[in-house]
Amino acid sequence: MISQKVSSSIWKTLVYIATILTFGVLIFLVAYILINGIPYLKPSLFSLTYTSENVSLVPAAVNTLIMTVLSLAIAIPFGLFTAVYLVEYAKRGNRFVELIRLTAETLSGIPSIVYGLFGLLFFVTYLGWGYSLIAGAATLSIMILPLIMRTTEEALKSVPDTYREASFGLGAGRLRTIFRIVLPAAVPGILAGVILAVGRIVGETAALIYTAGTVAQMPESIMSSGRTLALHMYTLSSEGLHTNEAYATAVVLLLLVLGINTVSAMIAKRVTKI
Amino acid sequence: MKYVFLFAAVMTVAAVIIICIFLFANGIPAMAEIGFFDFLLGTEWKPSNIPPSFGIFPMILGSFMVTLGAIIIGVPIGILTSVFMAHYCPKKPYRILKPGVELLAGIPSVIYGFFGLVVLVPLIRTVFGGNGNSILTASILLGIMILPTIMGVSESAIRAVPTHYYEGALALGATKERSIFATVLPAARSGIMAGVILGIGRAIGETMAVIMVVGNQARIPDSILDGVRTLTANIVLEMGYAADLHREALIATGVVLFAFILLINFVFQIFKRKEERE
Repeated sequence: MISQKVSSSIWKTLVYIATILTFGVLIFLVAYILINGIPYLKPSLFSLTYTSENVSLVPAAVNTLIMTVLSLAIAIPFGLFTAVYLVEYAKRGNRFVELIRLTAETLSGIPSIVYGLFGLLFFVTYLGWGYSLIAGAATLSIMILPLIMRTTEEALKSVPDTYREASFGLGAGRLRTIFRIVLPAAVPGILAGVILAVGRIVGETAALIYTAGTVAQMPESIMSSGRTLALHMYTLSSEGLHTNEAYATAVVLLLLVLGINTVSAMIAKRVTKI
Repeated sequence: MKYVFLFAAVMTVAAVIIICIFLFANGIPAMAEIGFFDFLLGTEWKPSNIPPSFGIFPMILGSFMVTLGAIIIGVPIGILTSVFMAHYCPKKPYRILKPGVELLAGIPSVIYGFFGLVVLVPLIRTVFGGNGNSILTASILLGIMILPTIMGVSESAIRAVPTHYYEGALALGATKERSIFATVLPAARSGIMAGVILGIGRAIGETMAVIMVVGNQARIPDSILDGVRTLTANIVLEMGYAADLHREALIATGVVLFAFILLINFVFQIFKRKEERE
């Protein structure tokens, strides 16, 4: 029995060490970036035009915003409608449903650099869009599609069937039921997924470097190239000339992504409470 | 209107098919031109030599080694932390720690890469010598990055084990630790394996963070303190200026990566199905 006691305390110690390591790393990483970055959040970092002197992040932030809006504008209709088809129309055990599930799972496992490569081959070269915000957004929209689809599907499934039956009972058609009853009831769940997708868009680099390109200026149109905040961060740190500014940019990027994810988690929590 | 929904669903499937077609159609001819085995098993990657050589074996090895390193570091820590989260953690701290794990998952890979660049690289340089950009550095960084992936899946797998397994073991006089590690964990095996495989997929596909700390030399390393180049890094580093066969060889590198990922996804599905059946 003594040996079991000894081995038990060893296991227990290991469990605690691992936990301390995990959360220690998290706290250290966030604190390190914040402590080193916040002192360098100077006004020059937020000037409207980028020069190689001030390495302003404002154009990159604008590009990020445009990129987010464009990607969502493409991905949400497709993700939403596919989920509606899966939940509201397709019969259970349908072969085609299995195929969609399989493709969604495949899509969510593909690394972002492969999406980037595909974006380069298809949108940039084959369709001739060149390095542009729209090519980047199209690439990202495929990347976030499975995420939006899955969360919408879950949200639609969690709408009680009584809602649908009541709506049918009052004489509403299927389409009216979907748009007036089911979708509004599922909005918080869908929103949580969409915000999570925004977090991924904002943090993405590998899929954008050869689709949206790395121009650091304000874009003239969606056909012009522009780097997002994450890509800006990558260029700054790989050039190695503006380490302090890189820290400060990291602070902005980190807080942005963490803020977005927190909002998403809060909405999702409210959904489960209901 | 039904057909609009159906159309959206069809487009999703079409996206995967188009991705496959474009990658394979652009990559396979290059493989054929270079020679399938020369490409996969060639140890020289010298695209600007005359004649050029395009052997990606060092990169396959590089991806394999950093992934293995990440698994060695990330898996034990990830599983042990999941055990803590599922069986040791009191309710109140759990409400803070669980979002912490999600936070870890949400941090963009450039931030991890930057952290690796400014913290891990100098640390490895001072402790072990060399220039700090090494397999070891990348392994540690990736080990951290795959923690939330592994923990997300294994924690729910551990929680899915019926409590009477745990209680039964306790009733037979086993200690808490023995009950967990000898009955609960083996019962959650398939789920935990699924998490580990998902982690492998993430590690092999990670690009930006790895580029920033791994050194990127296309060679076969002598020790874990040497730098290597991964498949993902190879694409990003050279795609900007590559042309003709060089460019196609890079796309073919992407095809190899894609094939690895499809294989990993397939194995993941097997374990997930197995868990569902259990």
